[in-house]
Amino acid sequence: MLGYILKRLLAVVPVITFVAIFVFLLLRLTPGDPAAILAGDAATPAQLEKIRTSLGLNDPLLVQFGTWIGQLFRGDLGISLISNIPVSDMVGQRIWPTINIALMTIILSVLLAVPMGVIAAWKHRTWADYAVMSFSVLGFSVPVFVIGYIFIQVFSIELRWLPVQGYTPPTEDFGKFLSKAILPCLTLATIYVALIARMTRASMLEVLGEDYVRTARAKGVSETLVLFRHALRNAAVPILTIIGTGFALLISGVVVTESVFNIPGIGRLTVDAILARDYPVIQAMILLTSAIYVFINLMIDVAYSIIDPRIRY
Amino acid sequence: MLSFKEGLLDKTARSRGASTLRAGLIAGALLSGTGLATSAQAEEKVITAVMHSGLRVIDPVITTAHIVRNHAYMLYDVLIAVDENFTPQPQMASWAVSDDKLTYTFTLRDGLLFHDGAAVTAADAEASLKRWGVKDSGGQLIFDVTDTLTATDEKTLVWTLKEPYPPLIDTLAKQSALPPFIMPASVAATPATESISSFIGSGPFKFVEDEYQPGVSVTYEKFDEYVPREEPASWMAGGKVVYVDKVKWVTMPDSQTSINALLSGEVDYMEQVPVDLLPILESSDEVVSELRDPLGYQSIGRMNFLYPPFDDVKIRKAAMMAISQQDIMGTLVGNPDYYKICGAVFGCGTPLEDETGAETLINGGDVEAAKKLLAESDYDGTPVVLMQPTDVPSISAQPIVAAQALRDAGFTVDMQPMDWQTLVGRRASQSKPSEGGWNIFFTNWGVPEINSPLINPMLNGRGNDAWFGWPTDDALEALRKDFIKAETLDEQVAVAKQIQAHAMDVVNYIPVGQYLVPQARSTKIVDMLPSPVPVFWNVKKED
Repeated sequence: MLGYILKRLLAVVPVITFVAIFVFLLLRLTPGDPAAILAGDAATPAQLEKIRTSLGLNDPLLVQFGTWIGQLFRGDLGISLISNIPVSDMVGQRIWPTINIALMTIILSVLLAVPMGVIAAWKHRTWADYAVMSFSVLGFSVPVFVIGYIFIQVFSIELRWLPVQGYTPPTEDFGKFLSKAILPCLTLATIYVALIARMTRASMLEVLGEDYVRTARAKGVSETLVLFRHALRNAAVPILTIIGTGFALLISGVVVTESVFNIPGIGRLTVDAILARDYPVIQAMILLTSAIYVFINLMIDVAYSIIDPRIRY
Repeated sequence: MLSFKEGLLDKTARSRGASTLRAGLIAGALLSGTGLATSAQAEEKVITAVMHSGLRVIDPVITTAHIVRNHAYMLYDVLIAVDENFTPQPQMASWAVSDDKLTYTFTLRDGLLFHDGAAVTAADAEASLKRWGVKDSGGQLIFDVTDTLTATDEKTLVWTLKEPYPPLIDTLAKQSALPPFIMPASVAATPATESISSFIGSGPFKFVEDEYQPGVSVTYEKFDEYVPREEPASWMAGGKVVYVDKVKWVTMPDSQTSINALLSGEVDYMEQVPVDLLPILESSDEVVSELRDPLGYQSIGRMNFLYPPFDDVKIRKAAMMAISQQDIMGTLVGNPDYYKICGAVFGCGTPLEDETGAETLINGGDVEAAKKLLAESDYDGTPVVLMQPTDVPSISAQPIVAAQALRDAGFTVDMQPMDWQTLVGRRASQSKPSEGGWNIFFTNWGVPEINSPLINPMLNGRGNDAWFGWPTDDALEALRKDFIKAETLDEQVAVAKQIQAHAMDVVNYIPVGQYLVPQARSTKIVDMLPSPVPVFWNVKKED
């Protein structure tokens, strides 16, 4: 297993290298000019040219690429062309809101969705099953910003229980963090609960018809044990996959939710950087996202073998 | 950082007693989070303002972005400032002009300090003005005729000219696009093409560096050592008296969220409210929406003079004739309370306002006359490449309405949707329209940025050195020189009238209307000044 993990970690190198080259070239081929964005509307072409030169944008592509790769090897993500501050500082400021919201959302989703999916499969074709499936369809179908606005209207504007927007780090004020995180997490969880519950139900339906489940029941094992020890564990692989990829999606930024609830996460950072053609920030964010995906996929694979000992690498 | 998992799942939470206690604590904390409980922070007067854009650049010389200018007015001060009558007033300095009008002597007032405690000196002003003069178009004109600019002692700055330049004081007092803010000389030594990294100014607010998140939020705190002038505040001039401890600017990408936050009392002020969302605010007794910027924005269309069809003045005229300001403003804004039909290139409500030559624009357009003129011209059906930004609501409607008007007049229009930043990059291209260039685009300007021939970026006829579109127009340049020589407002108005007529005659650009942007504030915020730049001095926050 350790060898496998090491091999997978080594495989990150070519993936990240490919992503780095691809992103660098793609950005330079994309129309747009960071100098024009930096200088504002009234700048003349001559002024823009001077700014381009001072930012190094007039250097040959190979020189620009070499500079960037050199910085990366030194662990330096570069300086934002627009804000003129280190990209690592910007990412450091913005990644924690995203991680905290993602963790809270995924925990909430798993706690709600897995029991819902198990119950739906157990009570197949009863009102409980229909209720869970109806919720799933609704969760998939309603756009996330609509759910967010409804929550805000009810809990913030009408009832005034929770704040509309914003983010406070848990280290600064845990109560404020919770109060501000509840609505965005509930909003995001609506989709993930729908997704995970549906996947849990489908997987459970498959295994509940298996011989070993029938045998367990015949031996008099309690229904709770049958469901959660025998069936759920065998149905867990696809559920785990969906949870893992969902978490990766959440970490890589949920820009709509971040916008609706004004959370300064990396989704907004990425979109703002793209709109401003802030190349070093975009490059850093895409590399970071790629690394997150590779890491989470690795974690999922490792988890497979823990849950199902038959899986060996 | 304490992770969420650590916070929620520690061992003590497993006992019932601890769980109950924790639930109580969390409930209490939730209440405090919503502002229902009192806190130590309540004693600190903080205004939270949702600004139109996030602050990402901190150098007010390198960019003309409004948010950076607004930030600079918090942090820095200016030698001379314009008041609500468009009259320059002493701010950091008084001035005297020699009889031959070649020497301007500025004397700094007493008590001026930078935020690090150092005294503001004439050497700081000299360095700041020289850096500004490299970048600002008005400043460049002054430095073209400058003999020397020298700090003769700690408080005296002497500016000598090779020839009289009557608009010098007006140029120094202007509030847009690049006002000459005064920085420490060491900061102003930064080349004008490189961004400064210092936050030291001498304005009424200090920058709270630890709380700065580019594009997200920026916090200013009262500079206790700032000495306001004694005159009442008026626009950018007068006494800048600060009554709050802190002002926090936040950016919210979603207007609906901003409005919800204002309604729930989480923020105190919203700089720009979309007109279509105003009815939501009207339902609240705790929020007021109002117009505080009396001038607003001029929306314009700019054509490329380098390539057919708009290298032909007759075709440019046909295009202008087809366009109706009413149609464009009606589509863009809708509510007539928030727009003006205005054909003045210097904007309506300004001293140089004049609408000569804009008759068809302000009277609903004349498609038949446009058709006739186009038929008489050499137009051969070449597609007009019209760039349409799709991601900025304040400039996405104009191209659509204009495209239809142009089609009605007989033009073939190739409207190309793109994001604003692509447009910004592409408009700098002098390639043929069929090879990545363009024929026409639309944008908006704050009226103080276009209200004089010396600062209006479009009214520059220096060909490749002109603003995008690159008109070569010697007659316009001659008129601008006449404007520089004009010594009185009456003389300036007379020249401005000629420039207006000329600009419309050659269709330098097409003003497509002037619109106003409402603001909103909590009723707890009182005494906000009317001003084209949102200012936070004189504002009070009631309990």
